[in-house]
Amino acid sequence: MSDAHDSKIFEVTRRQVLEVGTIVSMSGMLPAAAQAQGSVSQPTPENGATVRVSFQINGQPGAMEIDARASLLDMLRERLGLAGAKKGCDHGQCGACTVHIDGRRVASCLTLAAKVDGRTVTTIEGIGSADALHPMQQAFIDHDALQCGYCTPGQIMAAIACVKEGHASTPEDIREYMSGNICRCGAYVGIVAAIQQAAPQIERG
Amino acid sequence: MRSLSYVRAGNVREAIEAFAAAGEGARYIAGGTTLYDLMKLGVERPAHLIDIASLEGADRIDTRGDVLFFGAGALMADVAEDNVIRHDYPVLAESLSKAASQQLRNMATVGGNLLQRTRCPYFRNGAIGAYPCNKREPGSGCAGIGGVDRGQAVLGASDACNAVSPGDWPVALTAMDATIEISGPAGTRSVPISDFYRLPGNTPHLEFAIEAGELVTGISVPKTAAGRNSTYLKVRDRESYAFALASAAVALRMDGNHVRQAHIALGGVATRPWRAREAEALLNAQTIDREIALAAGRAAFADARAGEHNTFKIELGARTLADAIMIAGGKIQ
Repeated sequence: MSDAHDSKIFEVTRRQVLEVGTIVSMSGMLPAAAQAQGSVSQPTPENGATVRVSFQINGQPGAMEIDARASLLDMLRERLGLAGAKKGCDHGQCGACTVHIDGRRVASCLTLAAKVDGRTVTTIEGIGSADALHPMQQAFIDHDALQCGYCTPGQIMAAIACVKEGHASTPEDIREYMSGNICRCGAYVGIVAAIQQAAPQIERG
Repeated sequence: MRSLSYVRAGNVREAIEAFAAAGEGARYIAGGTTLYDLMKLGVERPAHLIDIASLEGADRIDTRGDVLFFGAGALMADVAEDNVIRHDYPVLAESLSKAASQQLRNMATVGGNLLQRTRCPYFRNGAIGAYPCNKREPGSGCAGIGGVDRGQAVLGASDACNAVSPGDWPVALTAMDATIEISGPAGTRSVPISDFYRLPGNTPHLEFAIEAGELVTGISVPKTAAGRNSTYLKVRDRESYAFALASAAVALRMDGNHVRQAHIALGGVATRPWRAREAEALLNAQTIDREIALAAGRAAFADARAGEHNTFKIELGARTLADAIMIAGGKIQ
C-alpha cells in the first residue's frame, strides 16, 4: 500500500517514539539492532517475516509492516501506543483485550494483526474523551463497576457491544453475554448495574 | 513461536493453490481461536498460514433449501442468532450460544469449530516437555491416563489417549446427522459427521477424516420435524463460558405422543462427539417421562469406564441426558 496510508495517529506515534529514541540515543543506550536498521520508529524490531497492513483505528487511517506472528493486541500496545486493551491471559480466556473489529467485539490477543488489513478497529481510546465520556464509561463510574481497573477497558468494550447486539435487556442476559470478561476483583454487581443504566442511552444514541 | 509467512486467500481454489505452493508446514487458519492459541503454547508450529476466514461466499447461511446449509466461514455468533435456527433447530443454536464467549463466537467459524482440538491439560501444557502426550507427540505416552483425570473421557478412550473432544456444535451436528463438505487438491467430497471424528485407538494424533491440503467448505443438516423438539444441555463448572463436564444434544421426532425417532449425542464425556444409539433405541415408540429418560441416560453410559477422579461423569452424564430428554419432550406440541 502507498504512503498515503501513513496515518495521523501513526505520525504522532512515530514522533513520540522519535523523541524517546533521541533521548535513549543520547544516553548511548539505543539497541544496536535498531541503529542498524536505521529505524527508531521500531523500538522493538520485527524479527520475523512481516506483512503490510492498512486499517482504520479509532477513526484514523493507519498502516505498517508487522511481524506475521504478532497479535492485534501487541500491535495496539507495542506499535501504536494504545495501551488501553490489556494483556490478561493472552489466550482468549479473560476478555481484558476486548476491542471492536468492524463494530463487533473480539479478543485482540487471539486475532492476528495481519487479519486487520482493510478492517476498522475501535479501542477504548476511541469511544470517548476526558471531556465527553461514553455513556458506558460514565455508567461504570456511577456504579463503582471496578476496583483495580485492569479488566475495565475490556469490560467497557464488551459492554458496548453487548448492548448493540441486543443482549442487555435483562440482568440474566447481561451476565450470560458478558461471561467472556473476567473481573478478579469481583465487581460484577456494579458492572451489570452500569450496563443496565447505559443500555437505554446507547440504544437511543 | 517460529517465524511464518501469511497470505489471505480470496476463494477456495486460491486457498488450495496457496497451500500447495507454501510447502511443508502450511496450515489453513480461519478464526484462529484454536490454532493461534496453540501456536502460543508451542503445540502447533506452522511455517505458513493461509487465511481462509474471508473466502468468497464462505459465510453463507441458507435455511430455505432441502437441507440447512452453513458455509464453513459463517461465524458461530451469526449461526447462533439465525432466527430459523433458533426457532426450528434450538439444539443447533444452543450448542453455539453456549460455546465460548461472544468475543470468540465473533471470530470463530462453524467450519473451523469442527477442528477444535482437545482441552486436555497434558496436550495443551506439555509442549515444554514436562508431560508426554500421544496426541501431540505420537508414541511419547499419555499423562492423562492415571494422571489428574477429572476432565478426561469416560467413553471412547484407549490405552493411548483419554482426551475429551471439546466441542458443542459438533455434538449437536452429530445428533442431527450432518454432512461435512470438503475441498482439496483432488476435488470435493462429502463425509457424514459420524465418519469425520476418529476414535483415538493407537493413533490419537489422527483426529479428523481430513487430509493435508483439504479444507472444510460447508456443513449440511437434513431438515427434520425433530428440530423443533430439541435442546442442547451443557453442564459446566460455572454457569457460562466453560467447557462441558457433560452435555447432551437431544431431538425428538414424534408420532403423536410416542417417539418415532430420537436423535441423541453426548459431549464433554467422550473422545469424540458421541452418538448414543442405545439411548435412542430405548426411547423408540415410548412416551416421554422421567423414568424412561433416566433409563436412556443410564443406557448411554452402560459401557463407560472411569479413571480415578472422573467417576462422577458417569452419573452426571446420565442425568444430563435425562434432563435434556425431558426438556426436549416438554417442547412437543
